Amino acid sequence: MSAIMDFLNNNGTELLIKTWEHLYISVIAAVLGIIVAVPLGVLLTRFEKAASPVMAVLGMIQTIPSFAILAFFIPIFGIGKVPAIIALFFYSVLPILRNTYTGVKDVNKSLLEAGRGMGMTGWERIRYVELPLSIPVIMAGIRVSTVYLIGWATLAAFIGAGGLGDFIFSGLNLYQTEFIIAGAIPVTILALIVDLILGKLEYKVTPKSMRDKKTA
Amino acid sequence: MLKFEHVSKKYKGGKIAVSNLNLEFKKGEFIVFIGPSGCGKTTTMKMINRLIEPTEGKIFINGEDIMEKDPVKLRREIGYVIQQIGLFPHMTIQENISLVLKLLKWPEEKRKKRAEELLSLVDMTPDYLERYPHELSGGQQQRIGVLRALAADQPLILMDEPFGALDPITRDALQDEFKNLQKKLDKTIVFVTHDMDEALKLADKIVILRDGQLVQCGTPEEILREPADEFVEEFIGKERLVQAKPNITTVEQIMNAHPVTITSDEQLSNAITVMKTNRVDSLLVIDKEGVLEGYIDVEAIDQNRKKAKSVADILNPDTFSVQKDALVRDTIRQILKKGLKYVPVVDEQKHLVGIVTRTSLVDIVYDSIWGDEELERAQ
Repeated sequence: MSAIMDFLNNNGTELLIKTWEHLYISVIAAVLGIIVAVPLGVLLTRFEKAASPVMAVLGMIQTIPSFAILAFFIPIFGIGKVPAIIALFFYSVLPILRNTYTGVKDVNKSLLEAGRGMGMTGWERIRYVELPLSIPVIMAGIRVSTVYLIGWATLAAFIGAGGLGDFIFSGLNLYQTEFIIAGAIPVTILALIVDLILGKLEYKVTPKSMRDKKTA
Repeated sequence: MLKFEHVSKKYKGGKIAVSNLNLEFKKGEFIVFIGPSGCGKTTTMKMINRLIEPTEGKIFINGEDIMEKDPVKLRREIGYVIQQIGLFPHMTIQENISLVLKLLKWPEEKRKKRAEELLSLVDMTPDYLERYPHELSGGQQQRIGVLRALAADQPLILMDEPFGALDPITRDALQDEFKNLQKKLDKTIVFVTHDMDEALKLADKIVILRDGQLVQCGTPEEILREPADEFVEEFIGKERLVQAKPNITTVEQIMNAHPVTITSDEQLSNAITVMKTNRVDSLLVIDKEGVLEGYIDVEAIDQNRKKAKSVADILNPDTFSVQKDALVRDTIRQILKKGLKYVPVVDEQKHLVGIVTRTSLVDIVYDSIWGDEELERAQ
């Protein structure tokens, strides 16, 4: 116990700074992912033929080891936070995109016909029908994606982006277990907290009448 | 109000869904498209609000070519009700009813008022406004579906088998309710169904389609009375044709066209001879032009044998007669109510053209009870 206190006394401020860096690298990447993947997912439902090739390409990117991607971006974007965020962004896209596509595609076709027959424009159908009805599925994708990103962001330290990965890498290099633990535990806690917050957000943005059904 | 001019729809790959349709309907008419599945009835209906676009021909609403209008604007002016009801599960009843108004950018207050107003049309209380579709029964949901189509007071409403998914009792109630509503609000309705009973019950005009072709278009009476061909007969069903007979047949079709008559200037002795040869107890009296004057019967002759000489002397002019285009149904009612043995049938100028006797009634009753069995036996 005293060892922990000692460690925190010596490294507490740094731990907070690294946690904050870690959080914002992940969150910015996730937000970028949402900004790109949600509209793209909706768009793919309009061009069914393009859907599977696009998904396949993104699936392939997903399978490239994250270390390799980070290394790959060094010659293009250099080192630091920007390349890390860009690399993480690539990882965030697929889960969100896939869930958006599936969620929007699974909206009951008769509702879309009713909407079209009533004189909704394409945009109004997305805004009033497709998005509200698929929001639980899209949110699930965002949650999964963000939690993964928080884990992967550890590797960003490798290209000098900072974050809790710094502790872990230092621990590995110096054979000091407490540094590894001091990096790993906050990452886990961070992931859990973010997941919890996103869960609450998911509940909030789900239309009222659909909340009961989900718990039922 | 609504006009189809040489309208055709061909799909890619050459399948013809609708071919060369020419139809015209007046405002306030309840039009029912009916036919077996794949006959093009839904396609035809969807061409009206451009959910499907015709490949050839033109459709006019109040003289305006629909292809020249913006489809979104056009659809907002036409009510639309689908079989699957299609209420949005994430919106309250109020939001559902007033959705078109929202698209038309009505202010919130007015939308709410309108939703309440509409809800009262189907005898539902305003507390439903805040509920969600899944809290309502199927019948209530489709009532809301119909109200949604009425929200912007659209003069024309398209309905695609709207009551098809409901249980028979609810369906029946909704049909009655909706028919009343339609008359009250004077809407033009285009209604698609494959249920002949529903068509006969609701329609002012029935349009029968087969393989994309118009087979027959007419009022339910016209179609029951004169089915265009065997297909229509089969589609209506023999049972319905037989049952509908008294309701749509005119007396002209069932009357005996050769009633036993006598002119009023004949001698009574001749009258008796005529009765005896024809084995009847009364005679219809006509003048030289064939105009019905009255009747004489054997009792009157017997009582006045001594005094009277000619038919005119004992003629009873107080005769109940019916026009030849009167419905058999109404005539039967009169015969039974007045306890008549027969009813003479006349044309517009009161010329005698035939007679309906109680024997004719027996024929009709026999037909409606045993008719279909006989038809089956004949096949």
